[in-house]
Amino acid sequence: MSYELFEHRADIGVRGKGKTCEQAFEECAKAMFSAMVDVERVAPKKKVQFDAHASDLEALLPEFLNNLLYVRDVQGMVFSRFEVKDLRQGPGQWGLKASAWGEKFDPNRHEPKTEVKAATFYQLSVRKTPQGFVAECVVDV
Amino acid sequence: MRQASEWVWELPMSGQMRVPGRVYANPYIVGHVLDEVKKGEWNPLTQLKNVACLPGLQKYALALPDLHVGYGACIGSVGAMDLQEGVIVFGLVGYDINCGLQTFVTPLTRKDVKGKEERLAEELYRVVPAGLGIGGKVRLDKDRVDEVLERGAHYAVENGLGLKEDLELMEEKGCIRGANAANVSPEAKARFEKQLGTLGSGNHYCEVQYVEQIYDEEAAKAFGLFRDQLIVSIHCGSRGLGHQVGSDYLKVLEKAMPGYGLTVPDRELACAPIQSEEGQRYLSAVYAGINCAFANREVLTHLARTCFEKTFELKAEEMPMLYGVAHNTAKLERHRVDGREKELLVQRKGATRSFGPGREEVPEKYRKVGQPVIIGGTMGTASYILKGTRTAMEETFGSTVHGAGRTMSRVGALKQWTGKGVVDELARRGIIIKGHGLKGIAEEAPGAYKDIDQVIDVVHHAGISSKVARVRPLICVKG
Repeated sequence: MSYELFEHRADIGVRGKGKTCEQAFEECAKAMFSAMVDVERVAPKKKVQFDAHASDLEALLPEFLNNLLYVRDVQGMVFSRFEVKDLRQGPGQWGLKASAWGEKFDPNRHEPKTEVKAATFYQLSVRKTPQGFVAECVVDV
Repeated sequence: MRQASEWVWELPMSGQMRVPGRVYANPYIVGHVLDEVKKGEWNPLTQLKNVACLPGLQKYALALPDLHVGYGACIGSVGAMDLQEGVIVFGLVGYDINCGLQTFVTPLTRKDVKGKEERLAEELYRVVPAGLGIGGKVRLDKDRVDEVLERGAHYAVENGLGLKEDLELMEEKGCIRGANAANVSPEAKARFEKQLGTLGSGNHYCEVQYVEQIYDEEAAKAFGLFRDQLIVSIHCGSRGLGHQVGSDYLKVLEKAMPGYGLTVPDRELACAPIQSEEGQRYLSAVYAGINCAFANREVLTHLARTCFEKTFELKAEEMPMLYGVAHNTAKLERHRVDGREKELLVQRKGATRSFGPGREEVPEKYRKVGQPVIIGGTMGTASYILKGTRTAMEETFGSTVHGAGRTMSRVGALKQWTGKGVVDELARRGIIIKGHGLKGIAEEAPGAYKDIDQVIDVVHHAGISSKVARVRPLICVKG
């Protein structure tokens, strides 16, 4: 399991790798928050939960990430721990159940970086590799 | 790409293209574009070509010299659509709806600020909410959000957060007609409840600048500009609301496409016929996003003025608006196509309207010279005030460039510069940077952008906007 940021001309790419597709999504979320704050300093104090749905597996990644950005804006929280479950194809759409742990954003403690505004379809890819799964896309900052 | 004239390169018709592509450039810009093309499959020329495949596009798919790869369409692109045959395209508006620039002028000169720079910078940093997760000073409930979405900057002015006189001096007079808050999701509205009057981060800023050079005395006089004068520019957009509208409608449009027999080469070019139910809904939501950004910039203008009121004992009325321009928009405008004037949906993604003299959309005050076109540079280099031209009306549906355009990724910039290094270097050059995150400052290092002077040279010589003044930064508050 690992996450990283990758280069894009104007914005930032976020990439997560894991043994399962769920883990790759979780790591990708961590990558996105690592672009915004020092995730090591974000205590997983409070849990939020949501379901996400999309027309296909790839579209589910930005949908999942955008849901997290929504919670960030509305609840003023940042997150450092993520859990994705039941990622599967249902009737007519893909879905997942997500939990995220974090706390109220504190500019003095969390080392703010850049505000991610939206996860996009740019360089969007969810793929199986010999080592497991990779989930990545570019986020608009 | 082949050179069509001194300042225009053409992407000839091929594959599914319905119109040719056109790039306003010089060899320096072409070099940057080709460099990007070499790097990968996702590049601005492929994106321009993809846009040229859309139905109803008039004359050309246009790209301006600040072009770089974007979402679906490249940043710095313009597409004008026939209202019957054309589509409204997600990628030609993008995520940050009506990101734009608003500038007000002051009666002060550089001399007046000597010795007070740090005080003013601190005051702006304290008063202008900026950076990740920083809420505004105004809290809105749901009904108030709807009002902002339908009334734009008028909402701000009526609530004492701006001057009435400002409204005349913004595109669409600060409120575009046809916005429908009912077509904006509750999620989008919820994101905006704490965000009215916030700068955000990324490339957004509030900058105190001085007029370094005047190129066009007559236009400068009309715009109220003089040498050494202090002016203030604010760059930001519709915040989380615009992005949520974008993400929401990307899904709506994608779902609608098969029903209209539409296919696109890139998911972020999702579109719907302009006259369709989905197209009209999206357009009215884009309008709501446009109004949201007008209100946001007006509140920020108000806040920045209060800093000058306090530091220099000025009255807000002594700091009139120069103009407010919008970058990521879709608007109904009348233009000439094949010798006939018709109404089109002009979509600008990372491009500025550049209406020439005589157009009724240009405020009366400026109608003789053309609209002010405000171009943001980087925090270390020049910005420009241009004017709109008749050539722009003929060639680019009244559009020009919007900024310098990046040449280096944010991740790449972080490898090359540190935030502290950038702040110290700019301080040596007399520029104070106040940022809410050092990493964000490194990402925005001036060296990560194209040379603004080259970019402006292209649009000036091509005639799609004309130089009025060059301004330099003194204080920059970054998110």
